[in-house]
Amino acid sequence: MLRRLLPLLALLLPVLPAAAQERVLNVYNWSDYIDPYAVARFTRETGIRVRYDVYDSLETLEGKLSAGRSGYDIVVPTSEPSFARLVRAGALRPLDRTAIPNWRNLDATLMERVASIDPGNRHGAIYLWGTVGLGIRVDRVRAALGPDVPLDSLDILLKPENAQRLARCGIMVMDSPTDVLPSVLRWLGRDPNSHAAEDLRAAEQALMGVRRHVRAIIASGSILDALATGEACVAMTYSGDVIQAQARAREANRGVEVGYVMPREGAQLWFDMLAIPADAPNPEAAQAFINFLLQPDVMAGITSHVRYPNAVPASRPLVTEAVRNDPNVFPSAEALSRTFVAGTPPREAERARTRLWSRFKAGR
Amino acid sequence: MTGPAREREGHRPSRTHPAKGRKAFGNRDGGRLLVLAPALGWLVLFVAAPAAILVAIAFADSDPGVPPFRLALSVAGFAVLAEDTYYLDALLTALRVAATTAALCLLLAYPMAMGIARAAPGRRVVLLALLMLPFWTGFLLRVGAWIGLLRDEGWINSLLQSAGLADAPIPLLYTEGAMLVGMVHAYLPFAVLPLFAAFLRLDPSLGEAAADLGARPATVFLTVTLPVTAPAAAAGFLLVFIPAAGEFVIPELMGPPEAQMVGRVLWQEFFQNRDWPVAAALAVALLALLLVPIRLFQRLEARP
Repeated sequence: MLRRLLPLLALLLPVLPAAAQERVLNVYNWSDYIDPYAVARFTRETGIRVRYDVYDSLETLEGKLSAGRSGYDIVVPTSEPSFARLVRAGALRPLDRTAIPNWRNLDATLMERVASIDPGNRHGAIYLWGTVGLGIRVDRVRAALGPDVPLDSLDILLKPENAQRLARCGIMVMDSPTDVLPSVLRWLGRDPNSHAAEDLRAAEQALMGVRRHVRAIIASGSILDALATGEACVAMTYSGDVIQAQARAREANRGVEVGYVMPREGAQLWFDMLAIPADAPNPEAAQAFINFLLQPDVMAGITSHVRYPNAVPASRPLVTEAVRNDPNVFPSAEALSRTFVAGTPPREAERARTRLWSRFKAGR
Repeated sequence: MTGPAREREGHRPSRTHPAKGRKAFGNRDGGRLLVLAPALGWLVLFVAAPAAILVAIAFADSDPGVPPFRLALSVAGFAVLAEDTYYLDALLTALRVAATTAALCLLLAYPMAMGIARAAPGRRVVLLALLMLPFWTGFLLRVGAWIGLLRDEGWINSLLQSAGLADAPIPLLYTEGAMLVGMVHAYLPFAVLPLFAAFLRLDPSLGEAAADLGARPATVFLTVTLPVTAPAAAAGFLLVFIPAAGEFVIPELMGPPEAQMVGRVLWQEFFQNRDWPVAAALAVALLALLLVPIRLFQRLEARP
């Protein structure tokens, strides 16, 4: 046994010092959120080896980063709440734009919308983005609410008479006050970023009005599963998760047809940001990676693969046709004009909001 | 009668042990310390130090930095716990669910432990393996299996529907029942094993004597078996109760949204609110609450 192993070990020897010198980039990204080919191409072009790790909730990411010394060079936090909090906490490294010439490919109007939480866009570039809306099983919703029900409004979920009729087939809400409350406020015709006590009370009343018809208030990752398997027939969650659930349900081929509702009342926009932790071991490689990703053909490959829109307009013509023409992936300019970006509430307001949310979950 | 006699025998080796140790190592306490060092080190590193860090964070000030707190001597975390009944509710819900889980586990464990202990030695090994085998597979995998069974389009509902017992799927998942099934399944071995050991030690002649004196099986169980195995039952209860009180995964994946047990609330405070001091204060409160039954149990054990 040992005799057979020794030559193998000898083979390894010349490799070891080389591996030690080899530059390594540690990427921490959402699960199922990149075109694997892009990573391979980056390594081929730069010689930087990529150690790719994934998370499935912002809480996991923030938990690791806030403990410090995470060892990651690239993270992809969502604009609100995580990216905003990390910027405020000084946990992200300001980007050196001279090392990222492809920055000019970014859509200036979209970047402008992120600037409200990251003044001057100093800490992050938009990777992919999307909206918050409803994932629905179109046939079930039509069966419960009638064939002519308009499928473009939060009325489906938030009108108690609708929720009551849909309760049997499974209503779910993602467990994230920052992603749900602004849309509820907007549906009520109020300022989505208000933290006035009166507005929060109104939002709470609206949520409590449908609470007993809600079956589960769980992490967005679990909602994706529930939509794909048909366990949920109405679920408030991220657009991209619904589109992924749609694709998975089609693959499973068990008669579950999932659709996405982008609320006509105005949908909340979110952005996943490419950022570098303040204590990243290899920030140069991280900037090279961001620069690499912002090329139109690379971004087109990613969007075609994961079905989320990006912020590099020049990539659009290169995206596969089915994805390019899907209005749920790329909302029309008119729909986009009605979207809003969630702001960062002050700390006291955040606690009031969390309490509201815990009362909603407890149903009291 | 045999019980106390055996107990005395059991105590003897442990009493002579220190003397033996001293002789073997020559230089008295030094040697003893050397033997104990790994255990002590383990306790300090993995029990005392984390507990001290937890308490330090509980008294820290919350701060939006890395890490998200500043060491201080502040009771703000505990004040938040006191002023909002949400946290007390979460603690009480956790205690209620944990007690229910432990009671259900005991109810199942009694016949199982008795059956396994009274089986022929060959079969006993097989039965014990059947009890332990699921315990060796991934915990999340088993929860996932339950989700697969209980969901609307899962096995149980399709069985009910094809048998004509239900015309629409009955919501089983995300209910308190589903959560209890998951908890009992996860913690059952902890209740069975101490009882099994007690039944093995139980002298069958005690039951026979009672039966000879005219007691019916139910009376034998209530007046002989139950009192003799009570300490083991208490141990089993606590072994289930304590981890169940802090359980996070099963309520999160199988429970209803209103089952806000302390484990879930802890998670929310740590990860969603990023308020480590409040979360740590809550963990300290849970620890303090759990020390009560542990102390009671030790008293019970120490009683002659």
